[in-house]
Amino acid sequence: MNTITIECLRYHPESDAEPRFQSWPVPFTDDMSVLQGLQYIKDHLDGSLTFRWSCRMAICGSCGFVLNGVPKLGCETFLRDYYPGTLRVEPLSHFPIVRDLAIDQSDFLKKLESVKPYLINPDVPKKGTFIQTPGQMDEYYQYSKCINCLLCYAACPQYGLNSAFTGPAALALLHRYNADSRDAGKAERMQVVNAEDGVWGCTLVGYCSEVCPKAVDPARAVNQNKIESTKDYFFRFFRK
Amino acid sequence: MKRSNKPIFWSLFGAGGMLSALIGPAVIYLTGFQTGKLSHERVLLLAQNGLGKLAILAVISLFLFHGCHRMYHSLHDFGVHVGPGLKAAFHGFAAAGTLAAAVLLILV
Amino acid sequence: MKTYTRPMAGWWKRNPFYLWYMLREASCLFITAYALMLLWGLYRLQQGKIQYEGWRESLSSPLSLAFHAIALALVLYHSWTWFKIMPKTLPRIPIPDWLVVTGGVAAVLVCSALVLVLT
Repeated sequence: MNTITIECLRYHPESDAEPRFQSWPVPFTDDMSVLQGLQYIKDHLDGSLTFRWSCRMAICGSCGFVLNGVPKLGCETFLRDYYPGTLRVEPLSHFPIVRDLAIDQSDFLKKLESVKPYLINPDVPKKGTFIQTPGQMDEYYQYSKCINCLLCYAACPQYGLNSAFTGPAALALLHRYNADSRDAGKAERMQVVNAEDGVWGCTLVGYCSEVCPKAVDPARAVNQNKIESTKDYFFRFFRK
Repeated sequence: MKRSNKPIFWSLFGAGGMLSALIGPAVIYLTGFQTGKLSHERVLLLAQNGLGKLAILAVISLFLFHGCHRMYHSLHDFGVHVGPGLKAAFHGFAAAGTLAAAVLLILV
Repeated sequence: MKTYTRPMAGWWKRNPFYLWYMLREASCLFITAYALMLLWGLYRLQQGKIQYEGWRESLSSPLSLAFHAIALALVLYHSWTWFKIMPKTLPRIPIPDWLVVTGGVAAVLVCSALVLVLT
C-alpha cells in the first residue's frame, strides 16, 4: 500500500485571520478517490477538516475542489493519478471560503434564480402533456445535464474578476430553457442575456467547458447567446 | 438590468477578428518579407482604385477595432479597473484611426 | 457569516490553460501595432514617392523584421484559436465542429495563397 501526501487549505473563521495549508500522509489503494482520501483524513487524522460531499458518483455536484490547480470533482478523481507527489486540495476558486474546503455558494443561487430556470408557458396543453420530438429535445438536452457543481465558476476568471457576472452554469441553464420547445419565456430572459454582466461578461476563455464533468459545454451556451443578443440589439426596432 | 451596448463593439471586433484571421498572416508576411512586391507604382495603383481603397480601409479599420476591443478587455483581465472612460478611449482610438485612414485614402 | 475571499492577482499564471488564453489575447497588441504601421505607410504614400519609398526601406530594418516575425507568429496563433473557438459561437447548424475548424483553416490557406499570388 502506498502513501500519498494530501495538503489541504485550512480556514477556521473563529480562529484564523487567513487560510493556511496543512498536510497529512494518506495510505491509499488504486481504487481510492480523492474524496475517499479526504474522508480518511477526517475519520482518522483530523476530524475538524470540513468539506462537502454526498452521492460519491458525480451526480450531486457537492464535492467540487481545486486539485493541483484544476477544478475537479473529488469523487471521480483518483489518488493514484497524483502519486508520487503531493496532492494540494483547495476550495473552489472565485468563491468566498466559509470553512476549510467549503465555499459560500449563495451568489450562484442568486444567479440561478435570476435566469428563471423553469418552463414559462401560459399555453399549457388542455389535455395530457406537452408533445416533444427527440429532435426538439436534442436542442437543449446537453444543457439540462448540469449538476450545479460550480467547477465552471471556479474555472472562469471573468467570474473571479467580477462576481456580478451571471456566469457559465446559470447562462447554460438559461439557454436550456430558451432552447426547450415547451418554453415561451425567451423574451423574459433576454434582459439577463443582454446585460453587461450577462453574456457580455464572457471573453470565451473556454476553461468552463474544459472542466465540466457533464459535458454541458457552458461556453457554447453563453456564446451562442452573444449572437442572439446582437440580433436582439439590432433588430429590436423592426420587431412588432 | 441595463441593456449593454456590447453588440456594436463585438460585431466590429468579430469582423476584425475574421479579417485578421483570414488575411493577417499573408499581409504581414508581405510587408515583412516580400517588400519587393510593394513598389510605389503598384501600391499607388491599389490605393487609387475604388475597391483598393475599400480594402485598405477595411484592413486598417477592422484590425484596429479588433485589437483595441481586445486590449481593453485584456486590461480588465489584468485586474485594471476599466470604466466608460477607458472604453471610450480604446474604441475612440480605433475610430480615429479609421477616420485618418479614410481621409488619407480620399487624398491619395 | 465571516468568509475569506482569495485575491485574483496573477490568476493567469496559475494554470497553463490561462497562459495560452493570455497569449491569444496578446496577439491583439501586435494586430493593433500592425494596423498603425499600415496607417503610417498610407500617410507616407499620400505624401509622395520619396516618402513612401523611405517607409518601404524601413520595413527591411532589423527592428521591423523582428516585429514582423513576432506579429506573424501571433497572428497565426490568433487564426488558429479563432477558428478553433468558432464552433462555440455558431447557432446549431448541421455542420460538425471539426468541419467548421477545418473549413476555417482551409479558408486561411486559400486566402493566404490568393493574397500572395495576386500581389
